Amino acid sequence: MRDSDLLALVAILAPLSIASIGGAASVYAPLQHQTVDVHHWLTGQEFIDLFAIARVTPGPGTMLATLIGWKVAGLPGALVATLALFLPATLVCYAVARVWNRYRGKPWHEAFEQGLAPIGAGLLFAGVLAILRIGAGGPLSWVTAAGVAGLLVWRPKLHPFALLTAGAVLFIALQWVSK
Amino acid sequence: MTAPLPATPPAPVSLFALYRVFFVLGLLSFGGGVSAWMHREVVQVHGWMSDHEFISGFALGQILPGVNSANLAVYIGQHLRGPPGAAVALVGMLTGPFVVVILAAVAYHRLVGLPGFAAATAGVAAVAVGMLLRLGFTLAGRVPRRVAAYAVMLATFVAVGVLKWPLVPVVAVLAPISIIAAWPRSPKGRGHA
Repeated sequence: MRDSDLLALVAILAPLSIASIGGAASVYAPLQHQTVDVHHWLTGQEFIDLFAIARVTPGPGTMLATLIGWKVAGLPGALVATLALFLPATLVCYAVARVWNRYRGKPWHEAFEQGLAPIGAGLLFAGVLAILRIGAGGPLSWVTAAGVAGLLVWRPKLHPFALLTAGAVLFIALQWVSK
Repeated sequence: MTAPLPATPPAPVSLFALYRVFFVLGLLSFGGGVSAWMHREVVQVHGWMSDHEFISGFALGQILPGVNSANLAVYIGQHLRGPPGAAVALVGMLTGPFVVVILAAVAYHRLVGLPGFAAATAGVAAVAVGMLLRLGFTLAGRVPRRVAAYAVMLATFVAVGVLKWPLVPVVAVLAPISIIAAWPRSPKGRGHA
């Protein structure tokens, strides 16, 4: 077992966890630099491949860290990398959530809640725009996303899984037709 | 329009039920749309939380460091069952993706060769974004009905989404403004709080 590799994984990922404000997008650049340029665990192409795998599989894009751990040190590496990337930030979140929920009902709490609500909504729309911009589907993705949103306003009970499946089938069919 | 508060769950949610819900959420979270699905499961289907409670957790999860959906899972778990709840929700959400991502890495070169694989993942991601957009309508509808609140929402979207300014300074400037704007309007004992 390469203990030094496991320690190096923790040393790289734990600080990124705390620094990753705004989610996965903020960790890709430093992660690429550390794993490819500094430690030579991966080639540039391998990094791109792992990035693509993490994007098309379920879960956050930061599951990329799990794959890097897997490449470096097998299953122990995958576990250590996942914990190192998720634990520090979620501990911070846990502490804040506890304080937050304890003071529910206080006037200042309500002011914070009302003040943060528009920021949360604005960030969500910004995230939608960011995902659509980098998405592989082009204009079809924009139309599909708008259509799904409208459909869910009209029929809120539609099961998400049915919609996800329909989306996959639609895109495959259109790719066939356009060939 | 504001929902009556606070809405505490009547009976404690079992850790097993929590794990099961977050395990499924984790497996079905594609393309950044899992927050929308969490809202559906936790607020609409199971009634574990009010809309209002979910929204404040959602905003916190986005502002704090870390993956938004993981933060939201910890917030929901903490709210429902304290420390074990937070741990169970987070581990539940990561179990499926952990296994699947490793299996996919092992089978990667075969998967890429499948006809329609790229189109299918793009289609799934587009639907996930649509679900997220639908949650955005809900959140925007719950924003306090004040000009200042709508201005902050628009400014956040333009700064981070359109202009691609970094999130931390944007929130550091807008959050205090937004909270101060909400302050005098929330005296103790107001009816809807």
